[in-house]
Amino acid sequence: MAVLQPAANGRRAMTVEERNYLLLQRLRSLIKHAVLITFGIAFMLPFVWMISSSVKPNIDIFEIPVRLIPKSLRLENYIDATNAIPFWQYLWNSTYYTIFATIGAVLSNTFIAYGFARVRWRGRNVLFIIVIATMMLPFQVRMIPLYILFARIGWLNSFLPLIVPNFFGNAFYIFLMRQFMMTLPKELDDAARIDGASEWGIFWRVAVPLSKPAILTVAIFEIIHTWHDFIGPLVYLRHPTKYTLSIGLRLYFTQYGAEWGLLMAAAAMFTIPMVIFFFFAQRSFIEGITLTGLKG
Amino acid sequence: MFKLKRDPADQPNSWRTDNLPAWGLFFVAPWIIGFVAFTVYPFFASLYYSFTNFNIINLTPRWVGLDNYVELFTADPLFWTSISNSIRYAALLLVFATVFDIFIAYLLSQNVKFLSIYRTIFFFPVLVPVVAASLTWIWILNPRFGLMNGLLDLVGIKGPNWLASPDTAMYSLIFIGVWGSGRQVIVYLSGFNDIPRQLYEAADIDGASGLQKFWRITLPLLSPQIFFNVVTLIIFSLQSFSEVYIMTQGGPANSTLLYAVNLYNRAFEDYAMGYASALAWIMFLLILGLTLIIFKFLSGHVIYER
Repeated sequence: MAVLQPAANGRRAMTVEERNYLLLQRLRSLIKHAVLITFGIAFMLPFVWMISSSVKPNIDIFEIPVRLIPKSLRLENYIDATNAIPFWQYLWNSTYYTIFATIGAVLSNTFIAYGFARVRWRGRNVLFIIVIATMMLPFQVRMIPLYILFARIGWLNSFLPLIVPNFFGNAFYIFLMRQFMMTLPKELDDAARIDGASEWGIFWRVAVPLSKPAILTVAIFEIIHTWHDFIGPLVYLRHPTKYTLSIGLRLYFTQYGAEWGLLMAAAAMFTIPMVIFFFFAQRSFIEGITLTGLKG
Repeated sequence: MFKLKRDPADQPNSWRTDNLPAWGLFFVAPWIIGFVAFTVYPFFASLYYSFTNFNIINLTPRWVGLDNYVELFTADPLFWTSISNSIRYAALLLVFATVFDIFIAYLLSQNVKFLSIYRTIFFFPVLVPVVAASLTWIWILNPRFGLMNGLLDLVGIKGPNWLASPDTAMYSLIFIGVWGSGRQVIVYLSGFNDIPRQLYEAADIDGASGLQKFWRITLPLLSPQIFFNVVTLIIFSLQSFSEVYIMTQGGPANSTLLYAVNLYNRAFEDYAMGYASALAWIMFLLILGLTLIIFKFLSGHVIYER
C-alpha cells in the first residue's frame, strides 16, 4: 500500500522545494549545454577556417579584419590546387599505401591473435608479454637500422618498407584482437572440434566470423593511421613521384607558401575522405577505442 | 568408469596442450618472424650503431667506442635543450589534456541530448590528417591574417606571434595538442558510463556533497581509464614529431626543438646516424624508466574490480 502512495499523489501541486529543485536542474542543464556548445564551436573552428579559406579568392585571404564567412566564392581554388602539384598522383599513392597496409594489418593480426587467444600452448604467456613489451620501444630506436637495412636491399623510394612489416603483426592490434577473441565462448571451439574441424577450420569458420567487430576496428584504425602517416613516408619516400599526400602537401606549402587558398583547398581534399569514412564507420570506431581503453 | 583421457569434454583445459603444441606456434609464426626482423635486429643494430660513426656515402659504421655518448652529455647543448623541451611539452600536455578531457567527458556523461553530435565534434580533430591540421594551424596562428588574432582583435586584444615567438611557440603546440586529444575523451566517457548509478544514489542518501562524490566515487572508479590515458599520453608525447616538425621545425630559437625532432635532424639532415642512434637509446631508456616509475607508483592506486 505504501508503495502505491506516490502514484496516487501524482497530481497534487508541487511544493516550493520541488519547484526549486526542478529549476536548479534546468539551470544546470543550460550551463552544461552552454559550455559544451562553446567548446564544440571552438573545436570545429579550425576546420571551418580551413574550408572558408579554401574558397576565398587571394585578395580576400589577406583581408583585415578576418572574415569567417567568405564574401565571394572562388571554387576554382580546388582545381588550381590539383594542378599546382601532382595532386592526383599523391592521392593515389596515399590510397595505394592505405589499401595494402590495411590488408596486411587485418590478415596478420587476426591470424596471430588467434594463436595467442584461442590455442593453448607452452610459452604462450611469456611470448605475449614480449609482444606487449615491444610497444614500449620508440619508433626512433628502430628507425635508423631499418632505414639502413631497407637502403641496402634497395627498397628506398618504394612502398615496400611501409607495407611489408604490416604483414607480420603489430603489438597494439594483436593486443586488441586477443582481448576480443578471449571473450568468445570456448564451447564453440569444442563443438566445432567434435564435428571434426581442424585447428585451421576453427580459426576460419568460428573465430574469424565471430571476430568481425574487432577486425573492423583494426581495419579502421589502420586506415586512419596510414592515411595520416607522416614520418614513415618522410623517411622512406625521397623521390617526388612516390610522395603520399602527407609529404606532398608539406612541399606544396613551402613552394606556394603565400597561396593559402590553394593550400587549404588541398588540405580539405586530404581531410574529407576521412570525414566521410568516419561517418560510415563511427560506431565500430568508438567501440574500438572504448575496448582498448577499458582493458588497459 | 573409465577415464577418457582424450575426450575434450573431460579435460577442456589441458588436452590441446598435449595434442597440438605446434598449432600455437603456427599461428604466431608471422609475429615471431617480424619480431626478429623488424624489432630484435634493429634493436641490437641500433645499440651497436650508437658506438660507431657512419660513413655517409656507403653507410658503413666505424667503431668509436663511447665517443657519441660522451659528446652527447658533455658537448651538445641541443641535447639538453631538446630533452628539457620534450619533458616540458609532455608534462604540460599531460596536465591540460587530462583535466580538459575529463571535464568534457564528465559533461557528456550527464545524459546530455545530442550526445553523439558532441562526441563527434570533440573527436573530430583526431580525424584530420596531422599534416592538414598542422598546416591549418599555421594559417590560423598567422599573426596578421590568421583567425586567432582576428578573433582576439574583435575583443580588443592584440594577439601574440604564436608559433613565431619563442615565448609562445611551445604553448601554442600544447594548445593544439589538447585540441587533438579527443581520443581520450571517448575513453573517459566510457569510464564514466561504467560507474554504477547506485553508488551515487547511496552517497546521496548518506548526504555526500558533489565534491565528495567526485573524489570518493568518480575518480577512483575512473582510475583504469586515467591510468591508461596517462601512460599512453606520456609515451606518445615524448615521441612527438610530426606536428612540431611541420609547424615550427623546432624553432624559433630552438624553443620547440623536441627530442624526436632533434634526433631526426641528426639522422636525416646531418646523416650522423651513429650519433642519432645514441640519441635514440637515451630516449628509449628515458621512456622505459619513466614507464616503470609510473607503473610502480600509479598502478597500486588503480581499481579494476567493481
